[in-house]
Amino acid sequence: MLIDQDVVERALSHAMVKGAEWAEIFAEDRSSLSASFDDGHVEEVANGRERGAGIRVVAGETSGYAHTDDLSEQGLLRAAAVAAGAARAGVQAPPSGVSLSAGESHNPSAVEILPESVPRERKVELLLAADEAARSGRPAIKQVSAGYGESRREILVASTSGVFVSDEHVRTRFSVNCVASGDGGLQTGYETTARTVGFEHFGGVEVEGLAAKAASRAVTKLSARPAPSGELAVVLASGGGGVLFHEACGHGLEADHIAKDVSVYVGKIGAQVASPLVTLVDDGTQAGEWGSYGIDDEGNPGVRSVLIEGGVLQDYMWDRLRAGKEGRDVSGNGRRQSYRYMPMVRMTNTFILPGESDPDEIVAQTPHGVYVAQLGGGQVNTTTGDFVFGMTEAYLIEGGRITAPLRDANLIGNGPQVLSLIDAVASDFGMQAGTCGKDGQSVPVGVGQPTLRIASVTVGGTADG
Amino acid sequence: MAERNGRGREGGSGYVAGPGKEAGAGYEGGEDLATLVGRIAELAKAGEAVEAYASRSVSTSIRAYEAEIEQLSSSTSSGVGVRVISDGRQGFSYAGFTSDVSPVELLAQARENARFAGADEYASVAQPDGVTAPVLVTVDTAMADVPTAKKVELALELEAAARTADKRVRKVESADYDDVVACEAIATSTGLRAFSEYSYAALSVQVVAGDGDSSQSGTGFEVARGIVGLEPEAIAAEGIERATRLLGAIKPATAECTVVFDPRVTSTFLSVLAAAFSGESVTKGRSFLAGRVGEAVMRAGLDLLDDPTDAQALSAGPYDGEGLASRPNLLVADGVLRGYVFDSTAGKRAGCPSTGSAVRSGYSSGPVASCRALLLSDTVSPGMSAPDILVGVGDGLYVQSVTGAHSGINPVSGDFSVGVEGLRLRDGAFAEPVREATVASTLQKMLIAVLYAGADVQWLPGIAAGQTLAIGSMMLSGT
Repeated sequence: MLIDQDVVERALSHAMVKGAEWAEIFAEDRSSLSASFDDGHVEEVANGRERGAGIRVVAGETSGYAHTDDLSEQGLLRAAAVAAGAARAGVQAPPSGVSLSAGESHNPSAVEILPESVPRERKVELLLAADEAARSGRPAIKQVSAGYGESRREILVASTSGVFVSDEHVRTRFSVNCVASGDGGLQTGYETTARTVGFEHFGGVEVEGLAAKAASRAVTKLSARPAPSGELAVVLASGGGGVLFHEACGHGLEADHIAKDVSVYVGKIGAQVASPLVTLVDDGTQAGEWGSYGIDDEGNPGVRSVLIEGGVLQDYMWDRLRAGKEGRDVSGNGRRQSYRYMPMVRMTNTFILPGESDPDEIVAQTPHGVYVAQLGGGQVNTTTGDFVFGMTEAYLIEGGRITAPLRDANLIGNGPQVLSLIDAVASDFGMQAGTCGKDGQSVPVGVGQPTLRIASVTVGGTADG
Repeated sequence: MAERNGRGREGGSGYVAGPGKEAGAGYEGGEDLATLVGRIAELAKAGEAVEAYASRSVSTSIRAYEAEIEQLSSSTSSGVGVRVISDGRQGFSYAGFTSDVSPVELLAQARENARFAGADEYASVAQPDGVTAPVLVTVDTAMADVPTAKKVELALELEAAARTADKRVRKVESADYDDVVACEAIATSTGLRAFSEYSYAALSVQVVAGDGDSSQSGTGFEVARGIVGLEPEAIAAEGIERATRLLGAIKPATAECTVVFDPRVTSTFLSVLAAAFSGESVTKGRSFLAGRVGEAVMRAGLDLLDDPTDAQALSAGPYDGEGLASRPNLLVADGVLRGYVFDSTAGKRAGCPSTGSAVRSGYSSGPVASCRALLLSDTVSPGMSAPDILVGVGDGLYVQSVTGAHSGINPVSGDFSVGVEGLRLRDGAFAEPVREATVASTLQKMLIAVLYAGADVQWLPGIAAGQTLAIGSMMLSGT
């Protein structure tokens, strides 16, 4: 346990004495190790530790926050007083005791091999193997960088509501970035795997295969032609384009955007907001996925929420603050980057459920368009619903066949419009890990989708459509 | 100082921002950090190089919403990172706190990590190079005495101004006051000692305007060293103008056109382009500018200067991230590539000295070579104001904001494609608003196709100045 229960109780009581109406302690101890490979050798091995506690106090309409890297009782009492002061609680409430009852968390991700129990030699070997696999048989590959990372994050959440619960998040990741050189200049290929599991991750995932994929992506693009410009049909390969839904509607379904009336999905519960083929789920309970956990950073269990079913909007995503104002249950979506930040509504693993079409048939029935094997990052303006996302591996579809590779370009669309233009959803499925940034905080998330087709979306290339 | 404040050895009593006092009062100068990094550097053994970096920041964030304070957070963060190079093998270790850090333990972990790295003959810690650090004013010492009540007032004024100035404003999504007072210290076993301080205060507002079915958002902001010069009404007006002028925006037809970047967009553009000038990217074959020194890479008459000694730049500072003196570096002169930016390691790999261009993103990672304060100037048509440029361009697209810059601009291949919102330009004046479109080209072509780089320089947060920038023949994709 990061902090003893009686110490936590006294710190929370102190916040109440200082005028809080509600108070919460979030304590965290995070250790990480990374190893990076570049330019033919292991460039650096690094490790580090962060630990501290953040105290959130609510008084009236104001949330006050302060944090400390001192987990002693004295440190916590001081932080509690600062947070209460920040909430500008004017009136001194009579001293009140706080009594907590320890809760349990059920982390969906069982860790078989703690990463720190594995010698660093093994981790370095993964990097060397990836480099060799990327270059092998591909003379055009001029540069390979690769990264291994592991982290173990112990959290404890306690509040004057009575909750006292802890969880541990173990995560491992591996990425490869290749540069290929040809007559037309340089091209890049990237591939990553990231899961909320221990070192057993690398028993199931071959880093060599990952590296080969990144390398061939770069090599293929050497002969790529500029992407078309204008509106076209786009087929997203399974697992390669989940970020579209994260951007196109996920952010717009976060209850903070709804409460402030800055989302296109305000007032749309029960309304048809997408093609009947679309069922969208946010699920923090998916074993091993990058966005999974036992409890969120407000101490509430991760939840599987069906947000859109058959194209009809079912619900938004909720944290304590927004759910409290609406007098409803939270949905386990209160997350924060670290103890230095206040939590807010965030996605976990957000994905579209598989449909019934055959993925190959979807391509075969597309006379002209773009086949996107891999999307990179994206961004959305929740006010208008307009979003962009970058294609990092894409091909032309001509006469129902995947043909020439295309250079990188962004796609741009409008969330509600694109969701309504999905006219085919396949029976396959794939997930991908990513990092979601919002209001200056980054958290790990998963995205996923089956192969599907958008009848028309704007491709931002330079060639004639 | 550490002893006097009860930090460090005496029971690790830690550190909380402004306990019971005004925020900012928690800032204590950082002599303890200089002592800490000095002690670590002095622990270096024969044959190894050690670099220690520590930082502390004291910050306040206040968000106003509908005439109330929605959030107020007060925080102090500090940490220390140690880099060790032994037989060319580099290890790093950090702690996200400084109150009870053991220099011996931290160094031992970095050494242990180094054992597993590969030998790299170029890996190095900076050597003193005789360049004197400039004297720069990067901290507003008055910030320590600004009461929290004053900061709250600024946030509330901003929110009220944004909410009430124009009836088309439907919502003020956020109205924020943020400040930070920070310091950093670096010490190396090669004898470098660097200490610097900086402060910022910022007001920013996100306005949502509506008209019929159309909703648009706009951001107004101002960043300065301190609260002097932060004008809530002007910032609110900027946010309102940027939201309202997009009302009724439509998706444009696909066509090639001249594009004019808003100063904020130019700053983003230059910040991403900066990666291609990084000596590390260049020496590792990850830049489209590699091997092109002496060639024309921009339109004749354009100069690109990276000058972190320009006190106007918010990113200015006396030292770089390895403890060397900051210095100006002219990267492009009259359109011709003159060189790149190097830290010690990338410089050694390229066979040239560091250009004082090591940048750190905090205590949890080591330095990397990067541009620090980029500014583009045009000697062919100098002194162009934004209106001059619009008139000079005549017809085209004014890009107010871009999305997907991180996913759509590739500084290795040069491919460029970003989402845009903005206004049509007709006869040098703003015309109908445009949304849900992209503009695309390649960085190589865009740099040659620059028509005007404005003299309306404004230093924005980040590593590049903002200025109005006109670029010919880009592909606009819409319907």
